[in-house]
Amino acid sequence: METYSLLREFADSWMLLVLFTFFVGVILWAIRPGSNKTHRETASIPFRNEDKPAASKEART
Amino acid sequence: MLNYIKLIALGLITLFAMIAASYARDLAYQVHAIIIMAVSAGLFLWTLRNTDEPVPAAVLETSYMDGVVRYGVIATAFWGVVGFLAGTFIAFQLAFPVLNFDWAQGYMNFGRLRPLHTSAVIFAFGGNALIATSFYIVQRTSAARLWGGNLGWFVFWGYNLFIVLAATGYLLGATQSKEYAEPEWYVDLWLTIVWLAYLAVFLGTIIKRKEPHIYVANWFFLSFIITVAMLHVFNNLSIPVSIFGSKSVQVFAGVQDAMVQWWYGHNAVGFFLTAGFLGMMYYFVPKQAERPVFSYKLSIIHFWALIFLYIWAGPHHLHYTALPDWASTLGMVFSIVLWMPSWGGMINGLMTLSGAWDKLRTDPVIRMMVISLGFYGMSTFEGPMMSIRAVNSLSHYTDWTIGHVHSGALGWNGMITFGALYFLVPKLWNRERLYSLSMVSWHFWLATIGIILYAASMWVTGIMEGLMWREVDANGFLVNSFADTVSAKFPMYVVRALGGVMYVAGALIMCYNLWMTVKRSPAKDAAASPAAVAAE
Repeated sequence: METYSLLREFADSWMLLVLFTFFVGVILWAIRPGSNKTHRETASIPFRNEDKPAASKEART
Repeated sequence: MLNYIKLIALGLITLFAMIAASYARDLAYQVHAIIIMAVSAGLFLWTLRNTDEPVPAAVLETSYMDGVVRYGVIATAFWGVVGFLAGTFIAFQLAFPVLNFDWAQGYMNFGRLRPLHTSAVIFAFGGNALIATSFYIVQRTSAARLWGGNLGWFVFWGYNLFIVLAATGYLLGATQSKEYAEPEWYVDLWLTIVWLAYLAVFLGTIIKRKEPHIYVANWFFLSFIITVAMLHVFNNLSIPVSIFGSKSVQVFAGVQDAMVQWWYGHNAVGFFLTAGFLGMMYYFVPKQAERPVFSYKLSIIHFWALIFLYIWAGPHHLHYTALPDWASTLGMVFSIVLWMPSWGGMINGLMTLSGAWDKLRTDPVIRMMVISLGFYGMSTFEGPMMSIRAVNSLSHYTDWTIGHVHSGALGWNGMITFGALYFLVPKLWNRERLYSLSMVSWHFWLATIGIILYAASMWVTGIMEGLMWREVDANGFLVNSFADTVSAKFPMYVVRALGGVMYVAGALIMCYNLWMTVKRSPAKDAAASPAAVAAE
């Protein structure tokens, strides 16, 4: 089989499936139960450490 | 020791640039060789004067690296005005061809100035804004100082050298005639080096972050940096004719070349002008509204949907060409699906203000950010619609396309950048507030009315032109010649140029306001300031 047909067949079968599964997986991961707390925490990042870097991971707030 | 290696390298570059300048096969290459020679000779002297001097104490990790951000803010404002002025001038050239002066033929006619305008606004204004804001945001949201020490400075100066080389090259005729990728091979190679350094600085800062999570703005910035690197390399694969000349030959040919070009071209819009600027939006809108983003979940879905879809949208630039139908249909379908994540992002940004809508009345900076989201929503509806093959058969090659690009670029990219500059300048120069809020209001209204004049006149002239081109009489002959459409467009061209004048006027007011903020505004309480911390 020529390269074009081979790549084309792979692209619109397995690769499509992989990308689509990954995409759906990301959405399911984002809306997983219990993610609210993490997301609330992450969304508030811009309101910390405005003036200087955190000294350590523990002292970041 | 490092300085000696630097001296050797800079000396060799200077020497090679001297040789290149004398062997140069064309003017653009010669001028570039002289610029590179001057820059590397200057750096040589500067390095020499600092060699074997006492080494300054290592910078502590207790402050953010904001010097480079300050320079980036200045460069953004400067290149913004340059790019807007160039755009307004070429708008007048289209209305009044006499402005293609005889004495400047071959240097300042429309064909030479048009890429200068597009590169100045996209890469110089937009690029400096992206570098400055991404450096600012990645430090704050990672709670870590910028990685790589002076590499951040290399990125800033290297990028601006790229812009100077690109701009002078266009005027002197060095172009590979690829839209938004006009610079020739050696300028492309230089940008690749600078861009990889940018990636290293950004990624390095994320890796050493103190926050456990990577804030969504950084996801957008990172995807923008990586994708632009990939697109830039593939679209600029070319073989130089001579090492002493600017001309090069593309590796791809025919429809493959066209497809690679628009894969690059549309993703320059999708990742440079959208993903990168969404990174700005996800930081500055919450900061200015003083409340976290409306839905963090939506922002995650927004991110992945946007990058998964945008990369496929390029073929819609090639409807009715030699490109196979399946490819242009694919591009069209993905463009239409793209409407959803775009509006998801817009809604996420707008709804961040829920409960704080009163700020729209009192704070002109947030008004600027909100209208930028409005224009984002408008142009991301218009774009998918224009990508539909039937609509495209009317809109393509007309001024409708130019109007669409400008409602996105002036409205979305311009306004969100102005908002970011108004946010950043008081913070970076440690000022209590902006010099004048009423000047921000003036800027807001001048820019908004300017964009409306621009977009509306381009809709009218674009659709008129499209209809005139396809008009046939009872015997099936075309009714209008091309020159008929040109003369019919004159009034709209004048209106468009006036819109440009208003937009430039707004930007000049902004520059004055920012300058006076630095000079005149009262300083913030010194004890609590970042500058005081840095001086400890």
